[in-house]
Amino acid sequence: MSSIITVSIFQSALELGLMYALVALALFISFTILNIADLTTDGCFTLGCAVGAIVTLSGHPFLGIIAAMISGACAGFVTALLQTKFGVESILAGIIVNTALYTVNIFIMTSQVSIFGVDTIFSLAKDSFLQQFFGDWYKVVILVVIVGLIALALWWFLGTTLGMSIRATGDNAEMVKSSSINPTFTITVGLCLANSLTALSGVLIAQYQKSADINIGTGMVTIALASLIIGQSLIGNKGSTLRRVIGTIAGSVLYRFIVAVALRLSVPAEALKLVSAMIVAVAIALPYVRKKAALKKREFANYRENKSGREEKNA
Amino acid sequence: MLRIDNISKTFNPGTVNEKVALKNLSLDLKDGDFATIVGSNGAGKSTMFNAIAGTFIVDEGNIYLDGDDITFKKEHVRSKVIGHLFQDPLKGTAPSMTIEENMALAYLRASNSSNRMFSRIKQSDKKAFREKLAMLDMGLEDRMKQPVGLLSGGQRQALTLLMATFVTPKLLLLDEHTAALDPATAEKVLDLTKSIVAERGITCLMVTHNMHQALEVGNRTLMMNAGQIVFDTCGAEREKLTVSDLLEKFKVGAGEELDNDRVLLS
Repeated sequence: MSSIITVSIFQSALELGLMYALVALALFISFTILNIADLTTDGCFTLGCAVGAIVTLSGHPFLGIIAAMISGACAGFVTALLQTKFGVESILAGIIVNTALYTVNIFIMTSQVSIFGVDTIFSLAKDSFLQQFFGDWYKVVILVVIVGLIALALWWFLGTTLGMSIRATGDNAEMVKSSSINPTFTITVGLCLANSLTALSGVLIAQYQKSADINIGTGMVTIALASLIIGQSLIGNKGSTLRRVIGTIAGSVLYRFIVAVALRLSVPAEALKLVSAMIVAVAIALPYVRKKAALKKREFANYRENKSGREEKNA
Repeated sequence: MLRIDNISKTFNPGTVNEKVALKNLSLDLKDGDFATIVGSNGAGKSTMFNAIAGTFIVDEGNIYLDGDDITFKKEHVRSKVIGHLFQDPLKGTAPSMTIEENMALAYLRASNSSNRMFSRIKQSDKKAFREKLAMLDMGLEDRMKQPVGLLSGGQRQALTLLMATFVTPKLLLLDEHTAALDPATAEKVLDLTKSIVAERGITCLMVTHNMHQALEVGNRTLMMNAGQIVFDTCGAEREKLTVSDLLEKFKVGAGEELDNDRVLLS
């Protein structure tokens, strides 16, 4: 049993979990806060990979990160524009942009691109004091710093007047309109922000695995949703914004851990998407099933009590 | 203050569900007027409010507020100067956000400056919110960190009223805002409404189905039927009116009995 969980598995789950946590945070903004099912995610993740990889290849790893985030925000802007100004259903708007991005991504990177012989933020960290200090854990350290900063910034932002307006938009749209908040504006800002985080995750993954291909983002929305839901069931859906942001990140790490263990138990890599889908389905169904089971238990106890009562009466 | 000039609105035109909701309706409300509105089911009371608030754009006619033509202004722009309370106490607040966050959103209407966008709730804001909440005498000032979803309907409606008048609006629309509350809470919210409106001289329109209230509250009574105002009274004439007079007036104005299943005559 001890061979199932090794330090290296723990380490890589942490690395991947932190990087993909940014997509989960994106869904936290669009799905949980704005109450919009934003399906731009898959294409947007690949867009972040593609743009980031191409800019990184030209020798600018940091610029690559910024460029990827801007490209993600642009994708989010188009999705927002379609649903706020042109009356396209929000789910449909995401699907349309997602489809369009496939072509855009092929234009940017053809079907795949490798990042070799140039610096990435990880290779730069490896050559710096970070590796001397933390050894093999240097990647975890930079990722903790990046994701930590993003989480703090997100928490701060959601407490500002604009952030609160965005939260209110998903919470009570009618109230928002009668409070002089323009929902078109708040939805647009929210989706741009969410998709820039998705693209950030994309460029980090591209730099981490030194390659990107056109199908890298497929199923990303399901995976992020799984992380989000695991996070929610860890800390509950209530509580302060900071707590929920941290819960989402923890959910993403835990999800990667579950996948790593599944792979270790010789589940074939091709079955990974099936495993993801099952985790999502179970995580969503579990609270409901638990509630039903509790009700059945009470019903049964009640039935037995009545039965013994009747028997006493008869006797 | 508010001038409605010959507005009309037809829902689902050209279909079997066609419904003429407002028909050449005109109304002139003076600064500081507090008018109550009564009328049958489907008379167009809420529709008129929604037209004023900008939930939809009217088919014909114009609406002026304080001299400005607001006919084609968007809802969120109008709401800077128009407060709107609904019968449903859940409509006016964001349930998963805390009391102080809800109040901070209401405070948004105060300023146009975009630098407020990135400011968080300050200690001075909290103090101001606390003072306002204490006015309600519901103990909400000690629950400012709690989500609004935990409050009762009455508490939420009182909070909504406070938020709608936080920054004094030019016009306050009250759409049966006490109808869904229990009698004691309803009275409290109504008293609060009267005192806030009187204190700041807010121009106000209130829909009610309590005939007694329609004559007692405010300084003017309007009666609506089939998308039109059929009776309009104020001053000495209004003071002499009784509930039965009002029902009689309705019969004359509308050519039928007042048909409202929720009407209260006491």
